Amino acid sequence: MTALIECRNLVKTYSMGDMTIRALDGVSLAIEAGEYVAIMGSSGSGKSTLMNLLGALDRPTSGLLRVAGEDLGTLGPEAVARFRNRTIGFVFQQFNLLPRTSAAENVALPLVYGGVAHAERRERALARLEQLGLGERTDHHPSQLSGGQQQRVAIARALVNDPQILLADEPTGALDSKTSEDIMAIFDQLNREGITIILVTHEQEVADHARRQIVFRDGRVLEDRT
Amino acid sequence: MNLLASIRVALTALRINALRSSLAMLGVIIGVASVIVLVSISEGTKQAVEAQIASFGANLLIVRPGASIFGGRRGAGGTGTPVTDADAEAIRDQVSGIDGVSGEVNAMGLSVVFGGVNWSTRITGVNPSFFGIRDWTIEEGRAFSVEEEQSARRLAVVGQTIIDEVFDGASPVGQSLRIGGQQFEVIGTVAAKGETSFGSDQDDIVFAPLSTVRQRFGASETPTVRDPVQTIYVAVGDGENTDRIIADIQDLLRIRRDIQPGADDDFSVASLAEFIRARNETESQLGLLLAVGAGIVLLVGGIGIMNIMLVSVTERTREIGLRLAVGARASDIRNQFLIESIVLCVTGGLVGLVVGVGGTIAYANVGELEISVNPGIVAVAIGASAFVGVFFGLYPAHRAARLNPIEALRFE
Repeated sequence: MTALIECRNLVKTYSMGDMTIRALDGVSLAIEAGEYVAIMGSSGSGKSTLMNLLGALDRPTSGLLRVAGEDLGTLGPEAVARFRNRTIGFVFQQFNLLPRTSAAENVALPLVYGGVAHAERRERALARLEQLGLGERTDHHPSQLSGGQQQRVAIARALVNDPQILLADEPTGALDSKTSEDIMAIFDQLNREGITIILVTHEQEVADHARRQIVFRDGRVLEDRT
Repeated sequence: MNLLASIRVALTALRINALRSSLAMLGVIIGVASVIVLVSISEGTKQAVEAQIASFGANLLIVRPGASIFGGRRGAGGTGTPVTDADAEAIRDQVSGIDGVSGEVNAMGLSVVFGGVNWSTRITGVNPSFFGIRDWTIEEGRAFSVEEEQSARRLAVVGQTIIDEVFDGASPVGQSLRIGGQQFEVIGTVAAKGETSFGSDQDDIVFAPLSTVRQRFGASETPTVRDPVQTIYVAVGDGENTDRIIADIQDLLRIRRDIQPGADDDFSVASLAEFIRARNETESQLGLLLAVGAGIVLLVGGIGIMNIMLVSVTERTREIGLRLAVGARASDIRNQFLIESIVLCVTGGLVGLVVGVGGTIAYANVGELEISVNPGIVAVAIGASAFVGVFFGLYPAHRAARLNPIEALRFE
């Protein structure tokens, strides 16, 4: 059985003027379905770059990257959009909710691009909000919600299309410690239910929730411990 | 993402920035409204001109002695050796493709008296075919016959103003009317034509047989020429070549009037319709110029739309990044902004349509003109504004669609 995520000698370079920066410098690793992984490292270590590659927001310069059976190095634009829509759920540090748009509509957004009919979209969005304890706040706008509530809306949005992988980039970075614990408890629960979770963080307390920690430095894997 | 959902998203985005959206629309509103007003007025003027031509008698040629009466080349129209009954008959018999010929003589300033009413009007002597040629409809009674004309009977056909002023609105047919001190029998009336564009009342007129007017009132009499008339009217047959007929009449009259080769005509043959059209050409060119100006306003409005769309794309960079991250294709993003631009422009176009139609009606009321708004203008207004929306929305939409999702998500 092949791993859910497989990187082999993965390289990503950026050119900044005359300089070429090797953000990822030959990374090889495998992540199985159902794993709970924290990717750590200082800024510039390449952890965010890996995250962008895993979510098909960016393309590898060389090397192999296979996620859920798709070779992300060769995927065409239509297939990339489909992949982001179906396979991946993103959670961001800054929530990235659409302003002046209700929680339910925010959650339903991926379904709009997935071609799901209007009535079903609302139904599925409401079910996810209910699951995340926001059943009473479905018609609130982001500005009427607390930071923790906004991040829960964002998690509901990431989950609404039943993705195989949840990618969370510093999901607690904008939250106080109490709220952070609440959000991490949600991730723990989701992983117990079977979803693969990969979170990027520089906070050890957050990383401790994961069962595997991969530490990056200078574009390489420094440490991979379980 | 389907079209309906896109339109809903676009409407939401526009509602959120209602003030900015309406200001951006203003250029389109003014542009569309002014196009509608100017096109409608220009069309209305054209229709008025055609109606005027029709009221004079379409396809009418006017033959007069002296130099051209139209075009202002010479001021001596109607002077010189008169044309005659015999000329009219020769045209009728020898020129092909004509529907009718009638001479006309006028006796001005005569009084008509009926009962206690005394009214000064124009007495016009004509051949019976005149009514058809000049498009005068017999409303009541009848016109005089060829025999009655030739035997100089004292018969009269009166216009609407005469009925109103002299007969107090009652039917004059069968009444005896004193014209210039002589008894005439009124045998018919003609339907009203209203004022000419020069402001004279066409219905203030009494028609009588041509020979009667010549004999009784001495109209157009000269000692040297037999049976003169002031004007000969010629109706060109449907589908006939007006220029050819004018040339034929000129050739015929040059022979009859013994004009040497090389010498100028001492008469004119002119088409009234062409004269009126020429006179209005300047006006319609002005209308065209104004319509071009309105088009430029629409163009400037479009640039305003492009500006606001570019601002919107920049403001919503993170939103675009997020949409891409959750599975939007570049084409979804492009369509979203394109539809927003079209919705903005078409909404402006619809408001402009209402303003334009209202303005046209107001103008028509103030100017007492018959202007109808062409239903096709609705399609033109919406079509033009949608075109502006697409044309000026394309670039901002293209920019939005080309954004890199990572940079867009990081955008502050």
